[in-house]
Amino acid sequence: MALLGTRARRRRDAASPDRRDSHRSEEPAREPATPPIVELREATVVYPGGHVALERVSVEVARGEFLFVVGPTGCGKSTLIKTLIKEVEPASGKIFIAGRDLGRISEKKVPLLRRRIGTVFQDFKLLPNRTVYDNVAYALQVIGASRSEIRSKVPEILRLVGLQTKLHNYPDELSGGEQQRVSIARAFVNHPPLLLADEPTGNLDPVTSIGIMQLLYRINRTGTTVLVVTHDREMVDKMRRRVLALEEGRLVRDQAAGLYQDESTTEFAVRMRAELGVGDEGHTNGDTVH
Amino acid sequence: MSRSVFFVSEAFRALRRSAAPSIAAIVTIMVTILLLGVLIPVLNASNSAAEGVREQIGLRVFMQLDATRAQAERVGPKLEQIDYVTKVHFVSKEAALKRLKGKVSGDLKSSIGELNSNPLPFAYDVTIDDADNLEAVSQAIQPPGPNGKSRPIDPMIAKVSDSREQANALRTVTGNLKTFLIVLAALLLVASLLLIANTIRLSIYARRREVEVMRLVGATNWFIRWPFMIEGVLVGIFGAAIAVAILWAGKVIIIDKLNGFTLINGLSTVAFVPLIIGLVGSAIVVSALGSGLTLRRFLRV
Repeated sequence: MALLGTRARRRRDAASPDRRDSHRSEEPAREPATPPIVELREATVVYPGGHVALERVSVEVARGEFLFVVGPTGCGKSTLIKTLIKEVEPASGKIFIAGRDLGRISEKKVPLLRRRIGTVFQDFKLLPNRTVYDNVAYALQVIGASRSEIRSKVPEILRLVGLQTKLHNYPDELSGGEQQRVSIARAFVNHPPLLLADEPTGNLDPVTSIGIMQLLYRINRTGTTVLVVTHDREMVDKMRRRVLALEEGRLVRDQAAGLYQDESTTEFAVRMRAELGVGDEGHTNGDTVH
Repeated sequence: MSRSVFFVSEAFRALRRSAAPSIAAIVTIMVTILLLGVLIPVLNASNSAAEGVREQIGLRVFMQLDATRAQAERVGPKLEQIDYVTKVHFVSKEAALKRLKGKVSGDLKSSIGELNSNPLPFAYDVTIDDADNLEAVSQAIQPPGPNGKSRPIDPMIAKVSDSREQANALRTVTGNLKTFLIVLAALLLVASLLLIANTIRLSIYARRREVEVMRLVGATNWFIRWPFMIEGVLVGIFGAAIAVAILWAGKVIIIDKLNGFTLINGLSTVAFVPLIIGLVGSAIVVSALGSGLTLRRFLRV
């Protein structure tokens, strides 16, 4: 996906449905039947003080994709995630989530947007004074879920991430990988169509990282779009998925998944371990989902 | 339903965790409410006392000190002829001294007894029909002379004392006292408000992780704000409750026992229940304001 010049941008601002792909411009007034889950059009983010974090980034992510965003520190990766949950707003350009223009979502509706997007961070953001169960339940409580809903959903999601035996442990009694699993469980408990992960393996060793990636892959196979921001190029290369590379706020590479293959989560884990040269030990949590 | 339970339990959790600032705020609210709870009835009572003095309609006309009994008695009929005057009562030197002795006690009383001569003048108690005519009667006894100085209807009249003067003096004093106490109460209210604001601010800081998580998973702004709001109001309610308990104890132990005394009788004051409702209400309003202000400033949601 090439970067667009200002001329094209101006034209798009005047008539927004006009797209870069020629086959789409034939029906300029209509959005595609299923809009991309994430779409950035010439998004530019400028922080107070003048630092340009994203510069005219245009990208489309289809539903069900598993993609990576890579780049050195300060390249705008985290800003990208923040713009998608409307924590940061672009100075110019547009951002669409499932066809909805974030610029047109009122402040009051932002929480509703965030309920449809799961977010996972490098530092887990777990509440230290609550158990694993309560940490996940908290995410449901604060969006007004009923008690019965919480009671059915929380154990189910904790089983999915393989923590069914640690329900009543506190975060500091868990390993880093387990904490990240709790954080993923919390992000995914509502089965959002989009999951954003900002350096999910940044604090973890390679073996644990594969476990986390495997979990994210499993979530992706349920139909959820997963966007992982990372600087771990080796891991990304082995994953063989679509990769967006950012450098100083600009999108410098959008490499489609040429080597993409449909594999089960077990096959995925085995391949990853083999390619990264790590053993079988670590968190495999009994892969039964295929 | 489960929401409100969640809010209240979150608020209690926060209060327990930040006990020190919460207690500071609770104590300040308590002192403020206690002060107001004492001041409002006292001000009310002193006001009604001042009004009571004003209502006592009458004048006292004092003779010159060197007036003889005959000279003094000559004034009486003149006073009786004035309009609105209903009754004129002659007070002899002896009667005045006796009355004075009745009012004072102890050392002063014995020293009055040791006096060689009677230092008090003859006087008249003049009763009039209506308080509004006080001024007219006073003017009639001492019509203003050509040089602006008043010239009494009889040279023996030295001074006309008017209960209004006392009432006015009393009113000035209570008025000043009232202003002072209102300023004090206002300062205390501001202090309570700021301390509650501070408590909530610390609470927001202590719970910044929770707030962050709530925002991430899509809790609505008011869902995030409510626990803090409730926490502030709880502080107000606790402070007010302690103050009310102390006030109630004070009422039972002191005021109710005084009720048999004639001294207190007739002093109208604020009824207890409306006073308490007003105080608790204002505590809640102040604490809600305090937390609301902080939330606006420090909780960017």
